[in-house]
Amino acid sequence: MQSILAMAHLTIYETRRRRIVTAAIVCASAFLVVFGTGIFFVHREQALKGVPLLQRQVAMSVLTIVGLYAVNFLSVLFAVLLPVDTLSGEIDSGVMQTVASKPIRRADIVIGKWLGHAVVVTGYVAALAFGLMLVVRLIAGPVAVRPLAALPLMLLEMLLLMTFSIAGGTRLSTVTNGITALGFYGVAFIGGWTEQIGGFAGSQAAKTVGIVASLISPPDALWRLGSYQIQPESLRNFGAALFTISSVPTPLMVWWAAGFTLATLIFAVRSFSSRQL
Amino acid sequence: MTDLVIETWGLRKWFGPTLAVADLSLSVRAGEIFGFLGPNGAGKTTSVKMLLSLVHPDGGEGRVLGAPLGDRDARGRIGFLPEHFRFHDSLTARELLRFHGRLYGLSGADLEMRIDRLLARVDLLEAADRVVHGYSKGMMQRTGLAQALLNDPTLVFLDEPTSGLDPLGRLLVRDIIAELRDRGTTVFLNSHLLGEVEATCDRVAFVKQGRTIHEMRLGHAADVIDLELRVSPIDRCLLDGLSSFGSAITQSSADIVRMRVESETTLPALTRWLVERGTSVYGLQPRRKSLEEWFVEVMGEDQRPG
Repeated sequence: MQSILAMAHLTIYETRRRRIVTAAIVCASAFLVVFGTGIFFVHREQALKGVPLLQRQVAMSVLTIVGLYAVNFLSVLFAVLLPVDTLSGEIDSGVMQTVASKPIRRADIVIGKWLGHAVVVTGYVAALAFGLMLVVRLIAGPVAVRPLAALPLMLLEMLLLMTFSIAGGTRLSTVTNGITALGFYGVAFIGGWTEQIGGFAGSQAAKTVGIVASLISPPDALWRLGSYQIQPESLRNFGAALFTISSVPTPLMVWWAAGFTLATLIFAVRSFSSRQL
Repeated sequence: MTDLVIETWGLRKWFGPTLAVADLSLSVRAGEIFGFLGPNGAGKTTSVKMLLSLVHPDGGEGRVLGAPLGDRDARGRIGFLPEHFRFHDSLTARELLRFHGRLYGLSGADLEMRIDRLLARVDLLEAADRVVHGYSKGMMQRTGLAQALLNDPTLVFLDEPTSGLDPLGRLLVRDIIAELRDRGTTVFLNSHLLGEVEATCDRVAFVKQGRTIHEMRLGHAADVIDLELRVSPIDRCLLDGLSSFGSAITQSSADIVRMRVESETTLPALTRWLVERGTSVYGLQPRRKSLEEWFVEVMGEDQRPG
């Protein structure tokens, strides 16, 4: 257990030392400033024009969901890129030889790194989601959308992607791993949109293609389920708006994604354990 | 009870179609400073990696510190400095040693005390709280050496430990190896620098194309002497008589014979025999073989630079 904690501690510490945390904070702040400025002007213009409160509430809710969509996208990139070289980079540079020759299991290295990255990713996603909620609240007051209700599903989505990126690093070079992990998310993304468009157009075949794609790569389904759950009834009935949900993934998808994450982590441990260093 | 800390029988490793190690059979005794020699690509580093379980062998068997290869308890008593040593270079030397100490299961005051002692020993105490990224190659190598000794190991693998070190750094490594010998620690030294090996090792093994082709004790090797005799007259009878004292007898010119004797204790008897049979002796020049000459001879004329 001490070796797992030592690996996790080093992972978090290195994230700070390599200025990843600083870069993440600066970029997240920039995002929140742009987002806040945008909704400030929308909110002010609507108030000046005397738009009814209910309508302004709907506009703010839609903007909040759009903001959350951006948070989700930034988090996806963060979850994929943060651990992309954690194993492959250390194997290539030879750092891993000194670590793996110690009296520890290879599994301890993978699990320790997983744990460390999970802490950082969780902090990043939570900080962005809380930041978004705070900005909306400060500028527009209470809105019907509850971004934090989607947080557990977004976290699971990011952990799945992060685990996939770590697992890829046991066999692939850093660049190949990054391309593969983003490609994996690409399948989820396009599958999600196919399912949505199928929902809008009433095409069962398109919906089925989307569902199969979500089973192969579940991250986007988690986001869609989360974004459905946070929406007020009024928006759910809004139908064809861009960021609303026309085809809601089943809650069973959460279990599928959790199992997928665990299976990927087990694969990563086995793959790294048999890897020649 | 065996005093062997490393035993291998026919270890083999393929990387795709390439046979990196063909048949590694070795025995290293406790407390020995063992040199592992061979040209580039001979399979030395792969052999060390198999002994440390970083690479899984495709055939053969091995035991390290009495346990099968990869045993975790045994690895807790091993120190390792890899070739082209690299670290998490965003950390300071002290932080790095702390991290590696934790992987050995060390912690608290005991770990901090070991870190201070080793940093002082490798002359890095002043730079200990600087980020390793700014270190010179020699400083990196010395950090690696400290890392390899954190657990007071019973067996240390040093893969090209003097790589990147200046003469003073090399002297430091030589002193540390001598200290390890005094402490009874076994050292497995992988090096191209034959002078270093000659100065530090008790025994060496030569590896070629993944096979151990020759082993010898360095002290004994020095006893084998090449001899140049300037004598007259040289005839068939003289050459036959010399063969009872040594081997590899060749006449290189009208008055010079070259031969090899097993020990310098042969020399008085040989001189007496020459004088008694009436041969005029103008010169008798013994010449010990350097490890480099042994290396060239053992590897064969066909060996090309790697």
